[in-house]
Amino acid sequence: MSKASEDVLPQAFKAGVAQALADEDLQRALLNVKRGFIAKRAKAVAKLPEFGQLRDEGRAIKDHTLQHLDLYLEIYERNVAESGGQVHFAPTSEDARDIVLRLCREADARLVTKGKSMVSEEIGLDAHLEAAGIEVAETDLGEHILQIRGDTPSHIIAPVIHLNKEEIAKDFVRAHAGLPAKRPLATVEDLVAEARAVLRQKFLSAQVGITGANLLIAETGSSVIVTNEGNGDLTAALPGTHIVVASIEKLVPTLEDACTILRLLARSATGQEITTYTSFTTGPARQSDVDGPRAYHVVLLDNGRSAILGGDFQDMLRCIRCGACLNHCPVYGAIGGHAYGSLYPGPMGAVLTPALYGIDQARDLPNASSFCGRCEEVCPMAIPLPSLMRRWRERDFDRGDPPWQQRLALKIWAFAAKRPRLYRALSGALMPLLARAAVGKGRFRRLPFAAAWTGTRDLPAPQGETFHTLYRKRRQP
Amino acid sequence: MSRAEQQRNAILSSVKAALGAGPDDAVRRSAVEQRLTRHPRGTIPARARQDETALLDLFQTMLEGQGAKVTRAAAPGDAVRAIAEDLRAHGLPPCLRLGDDALLRSLPFGAAALQLRFGATHGDDRAGLSRAIAAAAETGTLFLVSGADNPTSLAFLPESHTVVVRRADIVPCYEDAFDRLRAIYGEGSLPRSVNLISGPSRTADIEQTIVRGAHGPKWLHVVVLG
Repeated sequence: MSKASEDVLPQAFKAGVAQALADEDLQRALLNVKRGFIAKRAKAVAKLPEFGQLRDEGRAIKDHTLQHLDLYLEIYERNVAESGGQVHFAPTSEDARDIVLRLCREADARLVTKGKSMVSEEIGLDAHLEAAGIEVAETDLGEHILQIRGDTPSHIIAPVIHLNKEEIAKDFVRAHAGLPAKRPLATVEDLVAEARAVLRQKFLSAQVGITGANLLIAETGSSVIVTNEGNGDLTAALPGTHIVVASIEKLVPTLEDACTILRLLARSATGQEITTYTSFTTGPARQSDVDGPRAYHVVLLDNGRSAILGGDFQDMLRCIRCGACLNHCPVYGAIGGHAYGSLYPGPMGAVLTPALYGIDQARDLPNASSFCGRCEEVCPMAIPLPSLMRRWRERDFDRGDPPWQQRLALKIWAFAAKRPRLYRALSGALMPLLARAAVGKGRFRRLPFAAAWTGTRDLPAPQGETFHTLYRKRRQP
Repeated sequence: MSRAEQQRNAILSSVKAALGAGPDDAVRRSAVEQRLTRHPRGTIPARARQDETALLDLFQTMLEGQGAKVTRAAAPGDAVRAIAEDLRAHGLPPCLRLGDDALLRSLPFGAAALQLRFGATHGDDRAGLSRAIAAAAETGTLFLVSGADNPTSLAFLPESHTVVVRRADIVPCYEDAFDRLRAIYGEGSLPRSVNLISGPSRTADIEQTIVRGAHGPKWLHVVVLG
């Protein structure tokens, strides 16, 4: 077995969709996305009239940093070293796993606590450490639930949005040993209190704490995490060694730049003005400190990002992982995160997954979009997600991947669409025919050659006249 | 070349190649240096550009909206009485753990029969007391710095966390607070930990239902002194 086989690769999309649509528990849970996130974000943005301006500035900060990324990386590394910490460069997932494991061994780690980190999920870190005999305790409530279920996150900031409290209560009874079987776990409060008690012991006994980073600051060599629970902060503060695992595009130049992005992040993510905790960590404990880790390491992951730089998909590297595009996506809202088969779901995942793993690994994802444009509208980094998905579709088509029927149909359509007279003549003749065929029903239940499409939905029938004809008629006095 | 150096070079040269960075990088280097020395501010929200009274109100409203309790104490005696009352209200013993902070040490705790313990906590204290070195009114955000004066563990392990902030230390925005830190620690340097705290610990991971006291304090009591 090669070591790269520990990499977390995208899974089949279409099977996942069918499963998700049929899953009643999931469908009930997904209503929480629509009820919660969208309204909260809208309210928070409305309360900050400068949001649009900050968004332009945030985008400019990231673009500037990416254009000078090599220089900022060098400065960041130097400043981490000056504050007593150490930066480790990891070109691949495998490199990152090996470095973290080595650091854990050097710290004699038997128990590692972890703050929520998408990058650590990306590199499959937990499994790697556990295979080496080190216990890993995920401490974010959502991640803890996933860990005891053997599940993966379905949302980048709300990892268990796909679960209901009844399912979670069953998991707690099964996984939290030594507690009375009939204890009350009916309310969310009960569940939170139990997780707090169980994880408190882990916080106090771990030798190593691993967190991700929402931002890295070149000016000071700091890593920043935002949390509401305080778990990331306990993970960073209590064990003797703190390891930060972060990807290279998390870098920003200055504290001021961090402030601008922080004004966008929580509002876009959870609709909060700011998260409860925003912690800036710079190096290990100083001589005068009475607590805090004695060792501080940053593992900087590339894993395909430098290859995205300077190319068609560079805009994607501005992403700050707020999840707003997921929350506002009608496709995500219908199928949830798991169906995408990628750690990064929704519109951001549809662009990032093929960029990280190759379009052949994820060709369905850029197609899983109605191009309604809401993702781009709400993106705090103004990433043109629909255009980038379209670019992946074009690349996929150029590679010759879609089946011949699809290619032929598209070629016929393109031939007609590029010839307005022909197009009008064809559509003018076809539409009344279709309208007559569907008379009385107004829609088609089944269509030849499109059984897969009409299998799950009806096609509205045309009304008889084409848009062009109607438009011309109405313009005449 | 060591493995670590090879890995470092692999990433840096790949980034340089993607950006088309040549050996003579004077223009890019100077852009980066300028940005770091000048560290220009972005847009500061208008809500942070108000007079002192309005800012104090904003600070309080924000914190209360985020689930914290705010007390304005004109004199140190008022602060101590409010702290004791708050502990009582939550059914906690009249006992606090705090660091070496001079302002906190000068408070007349005896007047409210509060018992004190000093230094970092290891999880067996129910109430912690810290001082915020600064606070940003724009979102009701306290700035706590690590050190013997205010050990970080006090802010996260106890069930109840009380933070004292001098009225004069409440500034309009985050950038103002960081400027204060720059004045103390020097340009480009920060203490090990700067914790921005804007409310009690909470989670909404299960069904988006907000519950307080996820891992950190269930109650945050902010005392504005002066």
